[in-house]
Amino acid sequence: MDFLRPASWEEALAAKAEHPTAVPIAGGTDVMVEINFDHRRPEYLLDLNRVGDLYEWEVGQDSVRLGASVPYSRIMESLRAELPGLALASHTVASPQIRNRGGVGGNLGTASPAGDAHPALLAAGAEVEAESVRGSRRIPIDAFYTGVKRNALAPDELIRAVHVKKADGPQQYSKVGTRNAMVIAVCAFGLALHPETRTVRTGIGSAAPTPVRARTAEEFLEAALEEDGFWDNGKIITPSVAKQFADLCAAACNPIDDVRGTARYRRHAVGVMARRTLTWTWESYRGARRASKGAA
Amino acid sequence: MPSPTSGFDRAGGASIGAPLGTPVKVTQGSRTKGGVGESTLRPDGTLKVTGEFAYSSDLWHEDMLWGQILRSTVAHAEIVSLDTSEALATPGVYAVMTYDDLPTDVKHYGLEIQDTPVLAHGKVRHHGEPVAIVAADHPETARRAAAKIKVEYRELPVITDEASATAPDAILVHENRDDHHVGHVPHPNIVHRQPIVRGDADAAAGRADVVVRGEYTFGMQDQAFLGPESGLAVPEEDGGVHLYIATQWLHSDLRQIAPVLGLPENKVRMTLAGVGGAFGGREDLSMQIHACLLALRTGKPVKIVYNRFESFFGHVHRHPAKLFYEHGATRDGKLTHVKCRIVLDGGAYASASPAVVGNASSLGIGPYVVDDVDIEAIALYTNNPPCGAMRGFGAVQACFAYEAQMDKVAKELGLDPVEFRQRNAMEQGALLPTGQRVDSPAPVAELLRRVKAMPLPPERQWESSEGADVRQLPGGLSNTTHGEGVVRGIGYAVGIKNVGFSEGFDDYSTAKVRMEVVAGEPVATVHTAMAEVGQGGVTVHAQIARTELGVAQVTIHPANTEVGSAGSTSASRQTYVTGGAVKNSCELVREKVLEIGRRRFGSHHPAWATAELLLEGGKVVTDGGEVLADLVDVLADEAVEVEAQWRHRPTEPFDLRTGQGNGHVQYSFAAHRAVVEVDTELGLVKVIELACAQDVGKALNPLSVIGQIQGGTTQGLGVAVMEEIIVDPKTAKVRNPSFTDYLIPTILDTPTIPVDVLELADDHAPYGLRGIGEAPTLSSTPAVLAAIRNATGLELDRTPVRPEHLTGT
Repeated sequence: MDFLRPASWEEALAAKAEHPTAVPIAGGTDVMVEINFDHRRPEYLLDLNRVGDLYEWEVGQDSVRLGASVPYSRIMESLRAELPGLALASHTVASPQIRNRGGVGGNLGTASPAGDAHPALLAAGAEVEAESVRGSRRIPIDAFYTGVKRNALAPDELIRAVHVKKADGPQQYSKVGTRNAMVIAVCAFGLALHPETRTVRTGIGSAAPTPVRARTAEEFLEAALEEDGFWDNGKIITPSVAKQFADLCAAACNPIDDVRGTARYRRHAVGVMARRTLTWTWESYRGARRASKGAA
Repeated sequence: MPSPTSGFDRAGGASIGAPLGTPVKVTQGSRTKGGVGESTLRPDGTLKVTGEFAYSSDLWHEDMLWGQILRSTVAHAEIVSLDTSEALATPGVYAVMTYDDLPTDVKHYGLEIQDTPVLAHGKVRHHGEPVAIVAADHPETARRAAAKIKVEYRELPVITDEASATAPDAILVHENRDDHHVGHVPHPNIVHRQPIVRGDADAAAGRADVVVRGEYTFGMQDQAFLGPESGLAVPEEDGGVHLYIATQWLHSDLRQIAPVLGLPENKVRMTLAGVGGAFGGREDLSMQIHACLLALRTGKPVKIVYNRFESFFGHVHRHPAKLFYEHGATRDGKLTHVKCRIVLDGGAYASASPAVVGNASSLGIGPYVVDDVDIEAIALYTNNPPCGAMRGFGAVQACFAYEAQMDKVAKELGLDPVEFRQRNAMEQGALLPTGQRVDSPAPVAELLRRVKAMPLPPERQWESSEGADVRQLPGGLSNTTHGEGVVRGIGYAVGIKNVGFSEGFDDYSTAKVRMEVVAGEPVATVHTAMAEVGQGGVTVHAQIARTELGVAQVTIHPANTEVGSAGSTSASRQTYVTGGAVKNSCELVREKVLEIGRRRFGSHHPAWATAELLLEGGKVVTDGGEVLADLVDVLADEAVEVEAQWRHRPTEPFDLRTGQGNGHVQYSFAAHRAVVEVDTELGLVKVIELACAQDVGKALNPLSVIGQIQGGTTQGLGVAVMEEIIVDPKTAKVRNPSFTDYLIPTILDTPTIPVDVLELADDHAPYGLRGIGEAPTLSSTPAVLAAIRNATGLELDRTPVRPEHLTGT
C-alpha cells in the first residue's frame, strides 16, 4: 500500500487523477476501521491531512461553505446557530476523540446509510463541492447518494467542501442507538423547517439502502401547514397531522433486519422521532414568532 | 445546561456500614501504616491511567517473529484438504504448522476435559477454530501468508440448541468421548448434568396457594477485556521455552502447554506479562501453545497478539442459557418449593462447563430457604462458540431467572417484592439445596433492607429552566426525547455466589515470603504466581505483609512459575486464598524472626520469653507495646525465607444423582436496587442509579472493594441492556465480533453506584474476609430488568433487553 501525502489541494487532485483507486483519508474514522479489520486494503491511501484549506469554513449570506475536514467538534462549537441540525448530529458522532478528527467529508465519501451527518444535510439542504483536475462541480445532496455506500463522485474527484443552507427556521436531529454514546445509528431522523420558503425537509438515516428524504411526508406537511395558515397563525399542529406526518416518514423507510435492530423497529422509531422532532421544531417556531411579535 | 451529575460517585456515594457482627481481632499490624484495612493505592494505577503500563501486547524481543492463526470460516465442517505450500513459499515466512506438525502424541488440551485440539484435526466444530499457524518476520506478512493457506471444507449440519443437540439422529459434536462425565449424561452432546433434589417438590407443590412458572433466556455475554490475548515465547538454550503471557493462572497453563510441546514442566518457564483484564476469559489457553510451538520450530522468539476481531473468537464467553422455573408459595408469603431446569450452551468444547453446571444447579434457587427443591442443570455441546468462565460463573444466569420469579410470586401474592424476599431469605445456619449448612453470616434480608433504605434519586432530573437536559434522559445526546414517553421504574434483586473452587477441588495457593535488611531497613519480598489481572492482588499482598511483618517496605516479586501455584485469579478467590497464603507465610517468617530475636536478645529482657510478641513499625514489640528490639538488629545480615502452601477448608463433590454434598467453602452476597427511566415509545433505557449493598466480611482495601463492586455492577448492567454476542442460528457464525456492534457500557451509560459495604466476619477466612468480585455482577442484571418491568409493565423474559422487546417491534 502506498501512502500519498499531497501538500496542497492541487497536488491532491493530481494524485487522485493519477491514481483513481486511491482512497482519501482525513480523520480516518471509517477508513482506518476498514483497514484494521482487513475489510479493505487499498492500493493507495491519499492523506488529506496536510491540505489546510479543508479545515476551514466560511459563513456566507445564505449558506455555510464547510471544508470537508472541519471536525465535528468545531461544527458543534462554532456553527450551532447557522447549522443547528448538523451541530446536533455532530454531537452524536462517536467519542470526543473521534469528533476532534472526523469531518463531514468522510461521512459523504463513505456514504454509509448510517453516517450521522446525512439526515441533517438532507434536511437543511446542501450541495457537495466535488473537484478533479477536470474542474469543480456542485452535486445537490438529493442526488449525491446513489446506492449502498456509493455516491455520485467520479473516480478522479475529491470532496472539497459542502455548502449547507443557513438555518432560516428551527432544525432538529434525533438518533437511536442502544447506548448513550459511541454508537452507530440504529436509525436517525433530521427535520428542518424553512419558514422563508414555507417548506419542510426531512432526512432519514440507517433505514434504507441510502440516506433518504421522506418526500411524501414533507409534501403532506407543507400542504397541511399551508391549508390552515399555520405559518401565519402559529397554531399548535393537531395530533392527527403530526401522526400522519410520522406515519408517512415511517413509510418512507426501506429498512432491513440486522444485528443492530429489526426493520420493524426502525420504521417504528423513525415515526416516533418524526413526531417528536416536528413537535419540538414547531414549538420553537411558535416561540420565535411570539418573541419577534413581542419585540415589534 | 446544568452540569452533569451521572457517573461514578466514588467518594460521596460509597460507605462502609457499621459492622453487625463481631469484628475479627487483628492483633498484628494495628500500628503499621499501609496495612490491612487501609485504602492504599495500587502500584500499577498511575501507569495504567497514563498509558505507560506495559501490557502483554507491548512485549518485544530483538529478532522476534510474529505469529498468526488461521481460523475456520465455518462452524461445523470436515476438512477435506489443507494446502500450506503457497503460504510457506511467501518471503518472510519462517514456519507454517498444522495438526500434522504437532510434535508429540498430546494434541489436545482443556481445563478439565482435554477435548480441544491445538489445531483442528479433520474437522472444525465452531466458527473461528484455529486450523493452522504461521510465523513471519512481520505481522502483515504473517497475516497475508495465513490467508494463502487453502482449506477445503465439507460443511456439516450445525448443532445450535438443546433440540438439535439431543435429537435422535443428532451428529455428535465429539464422537469418542472418554471423559469422566460421559457415563452419567443422558446424551453424548451433553457435557455434564447435575440434578439437585431435596425434599419432595411435587408434594410441596400441593401446599402452594400460588404457583408461578417462567421461561427465561440469557444471552451470550463476552468478557470484553480491553487487552487482547497476547504473549511472547522465547526459545531457550536448554531446548526449553520461556513464555511471557497474560493469563489468569500460570500453572494451569503450564500443565496444559508442556505435554503438547513434549517438554518437562521445568523447561517451560512462564512469567506473567501485563494483563489487560480477564473476567474469566483468560482461564482457558488462547495463543500460548501456538506461540511456543512456533518459537521452538523456528528457534526465534515469537509474539502473537490478537486484534479485537480475533479476540472475540479467541476466548470462551459466558454461557447463554434457557431457564425454566416453577415457584410455589403460600398466602403468607413463604416459598413452598422450587423446580427448575437450567440449560447452558457450552458450545463446541467443554472448557469450564462442568463447574459452571455445578454452580448454576447448587445456587439455582438463590439465597432463599426452600425445603423442597428439584433442580437440574445441564451444559450442551453445540457448534456455537465455546463458553466457559466469566465473572459470576453459572450463578449469574440462575440469578436472572430466580429473581424474576421472586417478583412474579410477590406480585401474585400482592406482597412488596423486598418484603417477600426477606420472608424467605436465608440466614446463617440455613441449608442449601445441596444439604450444606451455611456456617458464616448470610445477611440477605439486611442487605435488602439497606439497599431499599437508601434515598432515591430525584425524579425528572432532566427538567431545567433552559428546557430539557437530554444528558439526563434515555438516549442522552442522541436527542431522542425531551421527556416524552419517559417512565421511571424501580427494581430489586439479591444473589448468592460461591467463593473459591468448589466440589472437592484442591484449591490451594503458595506464597514465598522473604525478610531481610536492605540499605538499613527491614524489607519483605512477597513472591507468588498470582495473576494480577486488575483485581488489585498486588496491592493487598503488600498490605498483608506490612500488617503481619510490621515493615514499611514490601517488594512484590514478578509472578512466575519459579514459585508454586497460586491457583486461578477467578471465583473471587485470590484475596482469600493467595492472600491467605501470603498471610500464612508471613506468620511463619515472623515466627522465625522471633526465634532469631530470642536467640540473639532473649537474655536482655524477660518479655522475650513470656509476652506475646508482635512485629510493628520495624520493631519487635510486646502486646503491651513495649519495644524489645529493632528488626534491623534482629535480622542483621540474615535473610528469612519461607515458601508454603495454604488451603481453605476442603469441599466435596456433589452426589451425581441427588446433588447432595458440602460442595462450597464460602458465599458472597450482594443486593441491588436499580432505578431506570425508560422511553417507552422508543424502547430506550437509562439506568439512573444502581445502588448496591454487599457483605465483604472484611474490606482489606476499602477503595478496591468499592471499585470491584462498581465494576461488577456495571458488567451486570451491560448484559441487562446491551451486551450480547449474536450467533446466527442457521450457521452458528458470530455476527458481531467487534466493539462496533458488541456494545459495552460507556461512562455515559454508567449510573451513580452508591455502595453500602457490610463487614460481617467469616471466622473461617483470613481476617474474616469474603471474596467479593463476582457477587455484584449477579444481582445487578435482574435488578435492572425488574426496574424496566416496573416501568413498562412488560414481562421481559430475556436479557439483554433490546428496544424491539420494549416496543413490540
